[in-house]
Amino acid sequence: MNFVRTVWLVTRKDLLIEARSKEILFTTLFFAISCVLVFAFGFVREGRALEDAAAAILWIAIAFSGTLALGRAFERERQSETLRALMIAPMPRPALYLGKLLGVVLLLAAVEVVIVPLVSLMFEAPLFEHGWLTLGLLATGTIGFAAVGTLFAAMLVRARSRDVLLPVLLYPITIPVIIAGVRGTAALLQADVDVSMARLWLSMLVFFDAVFVTLALWTFEPVMTE
Amino acid sequence: MLDFTSLTLTDVTRNFGRRRALHRVSLRAAAGEIIALLGPNGAGKSTLLSIVATLLVPTSGTVRYGDHDAAHAGAPLRARLGLLGHDLYIYPELSPAENLRFFAKVYGLDGVERRISAALEHAGLSHRRDDPVSGFSRGMRQRLALERALLHAPRLVLLDEPFTGLDDTATHALRQRLAMLRETGSIVLVTTHDVETIEGVIDRAVMLHNGALAELPAGTGSLRDRYRAVIARGAESSAR
Amino acid sequence: MFAYAPFMIVRAPYETTMGPISRIFYFHAPSGMTMFLSAFVCGIASAIYLFSRRDGADRVAVAAAELTAILGIIVLVTGPLWARKAWGVWWEWEPRLTSSLVLWLIFVAYLLLRRYGGPGSDRLAAGVAVFGMVNVPFVYWSVNLWRTMHPKTTVVPTLPPGMRGPFWYSFVAFTLLYIITLHLRTRLEKRRAELEVLYLALEE
Repeated sequence: MNFVRTVWLVTRKDLLIEARSKEILFTTLFFAISCVLVFAFGFVREGRALEDAAAAILWIAIAFSGTLALGRAFERERQSETLRALMIAPMPRPALYLGKLLGVVLLLAAVEVVIVPLVSLMFEAPLFEHGWLTLGLLATGTIGFAAVGTLFAAMLVRARSRDVLLPVLLYPITIPVIIAGVRGTAALLQADVDVSMARLWLSMLVFFDAVFVTLALWTFEPVMTE
Repeated sequence: MLDFTSLTLTDVTRNFGRRRALHRVSLRAAAGEIIALLGPNGAGKSTLLSIVATLLVPTSGTVRYGDHDAAHAGAPLRARLGLLGHDLYIYPELSPAENLRFFAKVYGLDGVERRISAALEHAGLSHRRDDPVSGFSRGMRQRLALERALLHAPRLVLLDEPFTGLDDTATHALRQRLAMLRETGSIVLVTTHDVETIEGVIDRAVMLHNGALAELPAGTGSLRDRYRAVIARGAESSAR
Repeated sequence: MFAYAPFMIVRAPYETTMGPISRIFYFHAPSGMTMFLSAFVCGIASAIYLFSRRDGADRVAVAAAELTAILGIIVLVTGPLWARKAWGVWWEWEPRLTSSLVLWLIFVAYLLLRRYGGPGSDRLAAGVAVFGMVNVPFVYWSVNLWRTMHPKTTVVPTLPPGMRGPFWYSFVAFTLLYIITLHLRTRLEKRRAELEVLYLALEE
């Protein structure tokens, strides 16, 4: 009970700060929109998008803007070293991890609320046809990406050249998430919809989330103490 | 609740690769004692505070809090520590009241609002309780940060350069606050390189030089003169 | 033993469709297998280091990570050579080649973090190695579902008897070479740590 309360305290604090400045939400959102635009130049020919381009662009935009949001979320904890204050507070450290993770996931969800309809509109992608499956893929994919990202961003707070190291470490590890997200979404967007394939990718993402959230909870404490 | 009345460091050494930050530091402090950690920049003061605050693990040596140690006591021990770092540990986007409320809840304290009012009173910030901290001067932030660190009435208080950016009134207030801590039986470690301001409030001063601890010679002369003498001697020996 | 391997390979039956390129197989496959082995050695050593703070485990982890990166280069250079001949393209997005690339990237990232992360990055890198190790099956599975084209794992048992001997010989030679190099590299790291201690002692 105490654990859940602490998780929520940390998340609520992050949301309150974000509500004040709106910095991460706005910058991340416009970065994601720019990503969609930039990739559109690569994947749209003669006014038509290449096959599967919509799914790819959507997930690349999520991954890129997610990296940005993660970096900023922890830069905020580094500025007046508040992460140290949280580390010396008597809360269970896994609760700190989960609180930060929840904050990042909610932020990315807010970005996706704009990005998904945008991609659907611009690339004539019927993303809402299988709404629940798409939602499931987005939710599990975002959680998986943020689960690894939150741990890495938290530990890089005290490393040098953290800005470049975050994507360098994060992308290879989250490749399964990207593949599953892109393929799962593409299966729902192609001409003959392959629902069973999307389900298969969804189950892989659920499994990935379970394994990596557990692993992060388990390694957070030893990684964070020098 | 876990409690202790003494802090004992035995042969604490910490290396960062080939750089030696601390070398066989031994120190004992009892409840109601205020100890100043003097030394020039880069002498290892902050490293020592981080180790005592359980944020850094020593390469060798032990730190004991009464009968407890950091590896086994964990969160209940951290609940008894208060740390004011050089970077203040407050969220600039939030107001003083929100900062204090968040930390009070994280520490699981009771009577949160009463404590917040008392803390703001001490910091002289009652009239600004709902303004965002980002608009505050360094001195105001410093006062708020100190109250944040003391909110949960910690047994062991660690203050890293608390006098930075304070004007004369605030310095005077901080000296009084330190005297209050002594009366409530806290163990206080204060780092500073500004010797004059703490003279008179502290019980004892120790000096860190190149990571090693040196007792300041007791006796005659002001704290500053004795400190200068040791620094000069250290410079001579390293020149040789 | 390693020196003798070329003779074994030359005497192995000549595969007519592939020509001399087929010989690369004796080099490519064992280095790939040792690379995955090395990744697991690094991951397990890192986990031990994270939870027990034993410096020895960290030394093994660095050594294994460097070897993973080197073996990865061998795999990624010899793989396309084989692919060019067998499939007519330099690079093929098939499961094992792709997961080798991902694995290689993870361990290069590990080394980059240690090199540029500043003090304390050894523990951070250990976290990355543990994640990298656990990630291997996920990468493999997902890439596998995405594309399939590599000669199946069953390639080894179905080899003609004349090729099987040299193959296993190469494999054992590679593993032994790996163990020896790992041991030497770990010892070097230990010497380095001892040197640090001596330097520190000298300062007193």
